[in-house]
Amino acid sequence: MDNSPLQIRALDKFRGKTQVLHGIDLDIAPGERLALLGHNGAGKSTLIKAVLGLIRHEGGSIRICGAAPGSAAARAATAFLPEAVSFHPALTGHEQLTLFARLAGERADIDGLLERVGLGEAMHRRIGAYSKGMRQRLGLAQVLLGRPKLALLDEPTSGLDPISRQDLYAIINELAEQGAAVLIASHALTEVEARTDRIAILRKGIKVADDTLAGLTSQAGLPVKLRVQASGAHADRIATETGGRRINGASVEILCSPQDKMAELRRIAALGDAVADIDMVPPRLEDLYRHYSGEDRK
Amino acid sequence: MRRAFAIARAEMLILRRNRWLFMATLIMLAFALALSFAGSAPTGTLGVDMLTVSVASMTTLSVYLAPLLALMMGFDAVAGDRDRGSLALLLAYPAGRGEILLGKLMAHLAALAVAMCIGFGAAGAVAAWFGGAGAESLMALGRLVLTSILLGAVFLVLGYALSALSSGATAAAGLSAGVWLVFVVLYDLGLLGAVVMDSGGVFTQKVFPWVMVANPADAFRLWNVAASESVALSSGMAGAASALPGWAAPLSLLLWPVLGFLLACAAFRRVEP
Ligand SMILES: Nc1ncnc2c1ncn2[C@@H]1O[C@H](COP(=O)(O)OP(=O)(O)OP(=O)(O)O)[C@@H](O)[C@H]1O
Ligand SMILES: [Mg+2]
Repeated sequence: MDNSPLQIRALDKFRGKTQVLHGIDLDIAPGERLALLGHNGAGKSTLIKAVLGLIRHEGGSIRICGAAPGSAAARAATAFLPEAVSFHPALTGHEQLTLFARLAGERADIDGLLERVGLGEAMHRRIGAYSKGMRQRLGLAQVLLGRPKLALLDEPTSGLDPISRQDLYAIINELAEQGAAVLIASHALTEVEARTDRIAILRKGIKVADDTLAGLTSQAGLPVKLRVQASGAHADRIATETGGRRINGASVEILCSPQDKMAELRRIAALGDAVADIDMVPPRLEDLYRHYSGEDRK
Repeated sequence: MRRAFAIARAEMLILRRNRWLFMATLIMLAFALALSFAGSAPTGTLGVDMLTVSVASMTTLSVYLAPLLALMMGFDAVAGDRDRGSLALLLAYPAGRGEILLGKLMAHLAALAVAMCIGFGAAGAVAAWFGGAGAESLMALGRLVLTSILLGAVFLVLGYALSALSSGATAAAGLSAGVWLVFVVLYDLGLLGAVVMDSGGVFTQKVFPWVMVANPADAFRLWNVAASESVALSSGMAGAASALPGWAAPLSLLLWPVLGFLLACAAFRRVEP
């Protein structure tokens, strides 16, 4: 498996005496979009910097398309968007992107790229006069230089407005379609839930989960929420018969494990006319995140 | 090398954009012209042309100004990018850290060269126009410009090293001021004190000239002085210059930028953005 875009084995990283990454194993396949989640200080940015070869790691190994982090081959294959990206304020967006293209040795269509990320009008203005979101877009434009085999995006949507976020995910999809492995470190759970293929969660430098959303859901065994709306004054009866909890005048909420879901539904159906409507809420990524990151254990 | 040029072009744009190039040239021009005019009085007594006197006083000026301008550009080179947070991204690109520093050095040196050539050149032209110039004094002027750029290179690379070693741009600025003070002022004061204490003993005879030439600022002075007798005459440094072989000062001034650059690269390699 030499040509896997990213292969991390048993990665250990210390900051001073504290260990900030503990034996991380992580792989991303070509064309795969991986969401990397974790609380503030969990080690997401540290992991990305180690992959880039910007910081040394104490144990384990990292391979980018078979090359060592920081080597010329690895750098050429990798695109990076830092968290809270910034540039020299005296340069214009066009000049900055031209510099990056020259450093990467790419003959890129600079104007086209800047148009693409919505900086067409502002490309000849100084970056010092850009808004935060505009700087973020410029950062995104440099990710698109060349054809990266691995894209590392650290909180790419921070500072972007809702439309720009959609544009961003369109661009991420395009990168993935071209065969790039994309790693997205993020706190925006609802966003990554629908738009990534796999989810890894870090807690205090330990990888506590790494699977598809469906896989995580079934492993966690979190209860499904059934919200039953009573017709007329039957809410109390429904609550007592199903063991659910009344949440307002006409609704009852029932929690049941995924295996018992069908049995529970049949019981509710047997109540006949007393039930006006029923909603089924499977656990969301937020619930899963709480579960895996240990936040729900009091 | 292509990447170093890319960095150099961007740095040059920045120097022009933030008016640094303009200000540096203006400062050089103002000081050089002022000194040329102020120093025009005693020409007759020494029996040399006015350009020679002007070069002698501009040599003294350059000892102070070239390191100062160089350090002002150099201290921000690494620390500024790191403070802004743009260093991590730059280092993720396939340019080696040596290449990045080399690119910055090319741009900064070019800016210094422009400031020196315009400043000293204009002052030299004025002096030659009013007081005459010979082939020797023109040579001295050319030497002054070239050695000033070399002296600037020394303090540029020292600035890079400080920039990479310090925790931030502010700390780097403070350290740079300290380095300037040590090399340009305190070093000579210390030597002077030692010579006075020694009162003409072994130290003054054998060691002192070598310790002196080890300092790039003094090597710069010695080179300009030793190469031109008339400049030496008018600046009163003939004593130390004659005790050293002719290659000592040029060697020192050529070696310092190379060693300083290697030091800066070593320091930069240890930076974790
Ligand atoms: N330059 C540094 N020096 C020392 N410790 C650091 C440094 N950068 C990060 N750390 C420590 O490493 C740990 C992981 O930090 P990291 O920046 O990777 O977190 P993160 O998951 O990216 O958090 P966030 O969501 O806030 O961006 C933290 O405990 C942090 O204190
Ligand atoms: Mg982070």
